[in-house]
Amino acid sequence: MKFPIIATAVLGATTALADMPVLTVYTYDSFVADWGPGPQIETAFEEVCGCDLKFVGAGDGAALLARLQLEGVRTRADVVLGLDTNLTAAAAGTGLFAKHGIEAEFNLPVDWDDDMFLPFDWGYFAFVHDKTRLPDAPDSFEELIAAPDDLKVVIQDPRSSTPGLGLMLWVKAAYGARAPEIWAGLAPHVLTVTKGWSEAYGMFLDGEADMVLSYTTSPAYHLIAEGDDTKAAAPFDEGHYMQIEVAGRIASSEQPELAQSFLNFMLSDAFQSVIATTNWMYPAVTPEGGLPRGFETLITPETALIFAPGEAAKLREEALAEWRDGLSR
Amino acid sequence: MARRAQPLGAVVPAGVAAGALVLALCLGTLAAVAWRAEAGGGLGAADWAAIRFTLFQAALSAGLSCALAIPVARALARRQFAGRGLLITLLGAPFILPVIVGVVGLLALFGRNGMVSAALAPLGLGPVDIYGLHGVLLAHVFFNLPLATRLILQGWLAIPAERFRLAAALGFGPGDVVRRLEVPMLREVLPGAFLVTFLICVTSFAVVLTLGGGPRATTVELAIYHAFRFEFDLGRAALLSLIQFGMCAAAALMALAVTVPGGFGAGLDRPLKRWDADHLGLRMQDAAWLGLAGLFLLVPLALIVLRGLAGLAEMPAAVYAAALRSLVVALVSAAVTVGLALPLALAANRLGGLRGTALQGAGMLAIAASPLVMGTGLFLLLFPVVDPVALALPVTAVVNAAMSLPFALRALGPVLAETERSHGRLADSLGLHGYTRLRLVTLPRLRRPLGFVLGLSAALSMGDLGVIALFADPAQATLPLQLYGLMGAYRMEAAAGAALLLLALSLGLFWIFDRGGRANAAV
Amino acid sequence: MLRFDGVEIRQGSFCLRADFEVAPGRILALLGASGAGKSTLIDAVAGFVTPRSGRITWQGQDITLRPPADRPVSILFQDNNLFPHLSVAQNVGLGLRPDLRLSSAQHDAVAGALARVGLAGFGGRMPGQLSGGQRSRVALARTLLRGRPVMLLDEPFAALGPALKSEMLDLVAALAKDAGATVLMVTHDPEDARAIASETALVADGRVHPPHPTGALLADPPEALRRYLG
Repeated sequence: MKFPIIATAVLGATTALADMPVLTVYTYDSFVADWGPGPQIETAFEEVCGCDLKFVGAGDGAALLARLQLEGVRTRADVVLGLDTNLTAAAAGTGLFAKHGIEAEFNLPVDWDDDMFLPFDWGYFAFVHDKTRLPDAPDSFEELIAAPDDLKVVIQDPRSSTPGLGLMLWVKAAYGARAPEIWAGLAPHVLTVTKGWSEAYGMFLDGEADMVLSYTTSPAYHLIAEGDDTKAAAPFDEGHYMQIEVAGRIASSEQPELAQSFLNFMLSDAFQSVIATTNWMYPAVTPEGGLPRGFETLITPETALIFAPGEAAKLREEALAEWRDGLSR
Repeated sequence: MARRAQPLGAVVPAGVAAGALVLALCLGTLAAVAWRAEAGGGLGAADWAAIRFTLFQAALSAGLSCALAIPVARALARRQFAGRGLLITLLGAPFILPVIVGVVGLLALFGRNGMVSAALAPLGLGPVDIYGLHGVLLAHVFFNLPLATRLILQGWLAIPAERFRLAAALGFGPGDVVRRLEVPMLREVLPGAFLVTFLICVTSFAVVLTLGGGPRATTVELAIYHAFRFEFDLGRAALLSLIQFGMCAAAALMALAVTVPGGFGAGLDRPLKRWDADHLGLRMQDAAWLGLAGLFLLVPLALIVLRGLAGLAEMPAAVYAAALRSLVVALVSAAVTVGLALPLALAANRLGGLRGTALQGAGMLAIAASPLVMGTGLFLLLFPVVDPVALALPVTAVVNAAMSLPFALRALGPVLAETERSHGRLADSLGLHGYTRLRLVTLPRLRRPLGFVLGLSAALSMGDLGVIALFADPAQATLPLQLYGLMGAYRMEAAAGAALLLLALSLGLFWIFDRGGRANAAV
Repeated sequence: MLRFDGVEIRQGSFCLRADFEVAPGRILALLGASGAGKSTLIDAVAGFVTPRSGRITWQGQDITLRPPADRPVSILFQDNNLFPHLSVAQNVGLGLRPDLRLSSAQHDAVAGALARVGLAGFGGRMPGQLSGGQRSRVALARTLLRGRPVMLLDEPFAALGPALKSEMLDLVAALAKDAGATVLMVTHDPEDARAIASETALVADGRVHPPHPTGALLADPPEALRRYLG
C-alpha cells in the first residue's frame, strides 16, 4: 500500500493540531472554497477560540441536510452552517439541533424568530440581465409573460438547485392559486432549466439567455470584482422571494461551549464583514463599517416574500406539480 | 465437452472477487439505502413519465450515435493518412470530457449566441434553437459518437488483414466486402456498442436537463435526485435506482440475444491495405464523413480551448493543486481499473458459457448505477466505521474504476477471446500457465486494448465530477470540482481556464497510455 | 510404444474408434479424407480432446487424461504455430522454458536449433517477417528443443509447395531419426506417406484401420483405401 503515503505527501493532508479541541462545522462546498468566506473565517475564529476549526463541505444546502439525515445522532458535526429557511423545518424535524439561546438584532427585511437556527446572511432571488443587451427588462412576472417570445430566461430545476426551489416558491408566494397560470405563461420564455446555478449563470454570461435566475446581489460581484457595471437585477412589482441562510448547533456535540461561541462569533463583525464580498450575499448583521462600496447600487425590493419554514415544506409538492405541469406545456 | 486443458488456477477466484466487489459497490449500496429507508412512497405519475422519457431518449441517442459511428469508423479503418492516429485520439476527446465543459463547448457552437447562429444571422435566419429533444440527442451524439466509433473501429481492425487480401484476390467490390466481411463484423460489434451508449445515456442527467429545455426532459436519475433531496425518501430513491438497473439489464439481455459470435480467426498482424476501397467516390465519401465528424466533434473543443486561453492567467493556485490531486486519483483509478478488469475478463473467458457471461455482467453493472445512490449507500456503510473524508481518495479511485470497468471489459473481452481462440492450444501444449502465460502471451496480445483501457479510465476519472459528493472534501477538491466551484463563484473566466487545463490533462493522459499500447504492437 | 486401447472419441454425432499401436522411433502416417477424424485423433494424443472411453498409453503409462503440456508430445498445428508478438528466438526458447528465463547455455541451444533447421541468425526476426516455410522451420526448431519422444504433425506443411513440403518432411524425418522420436503425421496425400512414413494407417468409416507398412499398403490398397485414392 504505497498509495496513501504518496497521497499524503503529494496532497498535503492537514494534520490535526495536537491537544487542541476541534470544532467541526458542516457547510456547503462553496463556503469552504479558497475564494469563499471559509478560509478568512477559519483564521479569524482560530485566533480567538484556542481551537482547531474544521470545515467539512457537503455539496450544497440540500445535500448538507441530506448528509445530516443520513448520519443521524452519530454525526461528527458540532455546528451546521448553510441551511436555508426552506430546509429548516426538516432540519428541526431530525431532532439533532439544540436551541441557540441567543438574542440578537438582525438587519433582515423580515422578523426573525427561531430558537434553533440563527441567520448569517440573506439575499433576494431576482432575474439578472445585461443592461446593454436588455435595457428595458420586464418589471414583473406578468410583464415577462407579455414580452415577445424571443426574450429568454434560464432557470434552475427546483429538484436539484436552491435558486430553482426559490423561484418555485417565489411564484407560489406571489400568485398563490394563480401559480399554474403564471408557469404556463412563462413556459415560452424559459430557454431551459439547468441542474444548478453555475450552469445557468454561465449560459447567461455566454449570451444564451437574456436573463438568468440569480440574486439581487449578483451585479455587485461584477461591479466590485470586475469593475463591470452592465449587469443589473430587475426589480419585480410582486416583490422578491428571499433566501435566508442559517446555522445551528448539534445537541449531541462534545464541544457545546465551542459551538455556542462559534454561533456568537458568527454574528460578530469578524464574520459578518467577510460575507458580502466572498459569499455575495447580505450579512445578517450589518458590520460596523457598513456594506462594501458598490452594494448601494443594488436594487432593494419593496416587498420581501418568504414562507414560514413549515409552510414552505407543506406547499412544496403541490408547487412542484404546478411548476412541472405549467412548464411542460 | 468440458475442456479442462489447464487447471482453473488463481484466475477464477481473483475474477470472481473483482466481480463481487463491483456487485457490492452497485447492489450492496442500493441495499444499504433501501435498508435505511423508512416508509417509502411508491412511484408517481411523474416517475413513470421519467422512466418512459429515459428509455426513449436513451434508445434514440444510442441508435443515432451508432448509426453515425459506422461510416466514421469505416472511413478510419480503410484510410491511411498522415495524422490519422492523432485524429483518432482527438475524436475520442468528447467522451472523456466532463459534461459541464462539453455542454459549454456545444453551446458555443450551436447555442443562440453560438457560431452557427451568428453565421445565420446575416441571412435573416433566427438563432438556432438547440433546446429540446433534438438538443439532447445532439449532445448525446457529441459525447458518445467517439466511443461508438472506437468500439466499431476495433471491430474493423479485428478483421485480419488476410481476409481483405482474400477479398481483393477474389475481386470483391465494396458491396461484396460489406456483405461478406463488414456486415458479419457489425452484427457482432454493434449490439455491444449500442448497449454501452444506451447505458450511458440512461444515466445521463445534467445534459438532458440543460439541453432538454425543461421538465419534460426528466430522466430517472433526476427523479432519484428529487426523491433524495426534495423528500429525503430513500425508499423511493432505491426503488428508482433498482428500476434503472432493471432497464439496463433488460437492454443488456436484448443486446446479448442479437449478438452473434464472430469467427474471423487470427491473422499475422500485417499492416492493413484495402484494395476494395480504392475508388475516388469512396475516398470522397470517407473524407466527407471524417470531415463532418471532425468538425462536429472538434469545433466545440477548439472553442473550449479558445475560451480557456484567456482564463489560464486568472486561475488561482488552488486549481493547480487540484489538478495534481486529480492526476494522482486518475492514475490510481487507471491501475485499479486494470486490476479489476484483467482478472474479470480472464476469469469470464476461462469460465465461458453462462457463468462467464454472468461474471462479465456483474462487471458491467456499474454503468447502470446511480452515482447518487451508490455514494449514499457507500456512505451509509462506511460512515459508522470510518471518517468518510479520510477515505475520499481511495473511494473516489475505486468508484471511478468501477465506472470505467464496463468499457474496459468491452475492450479486453473480444481480444482475449480471440487470443485464446488462436493461440490457446499452442500455449497449452507448450505448458504456458499462470503468470508465465499472462506475461508472454496474454498481456502482449492485450497491449493495445490495455493501453486504451488505462488511458480511458485515467481520462474518465480525471473528468469525474465527484461521483461521491458525500466523500469529497472541498479542501482537497479534484479539478472538476474546483472548476465547478469557480463557476459557482461567478469566476467564469478562471473556470474556462480550468476547463482547458482539464481538457488538456484528460486528453494527454488518454493519449500517452493509448499510444503506449499501440507502439510496436503491430509487428 | 504408443498404444490406443479401445479408444472411442465422440463429438456430437461423429464417432471415431482407434485400437492400435506404434512402435518407438517409427513414423506413422494417418491417411484419410478430410473430416475423417485424423486431426481429432491427433488432438486426443495432444490432450485437446478427451476420449469417451479407452486409454492412450505411452510406454505403458496412461496419458489419456494428462494436461497437454505434461504429455510426451510436441505438436505442430495447421497454422498459428508461432506467437506473432514474440521473436523467432523467443518462440523457439519456449520449447526449453515456458517462462523464457533462459540461461546462456539455453540461448546457445536455441541458436543451435535454429541452425539445425537452416535458420541461423534469424533469431531476432518476428514471425510476420518470415516466409511460410521459414515459419515451419521455426516451429520445428522448437519441437527439437522440447525433446518430447512423440511428434504430432497436423498437416503443418499443407500450405507449402511440393518441393518445399518434401524438404520439410525430409527435415522432420532427419530430426526424428536423430532424436529417436515417434511421429504421427496427418496427411491426405499418399505421397507424403510414401516420402517418410514407415507405416500408414487409413482413417475412414469412423475408425482408424490397423497400420501397415506404407509401401505394401499403397501398392496393394484394401477396399476402403482404394475408395479414398479413387
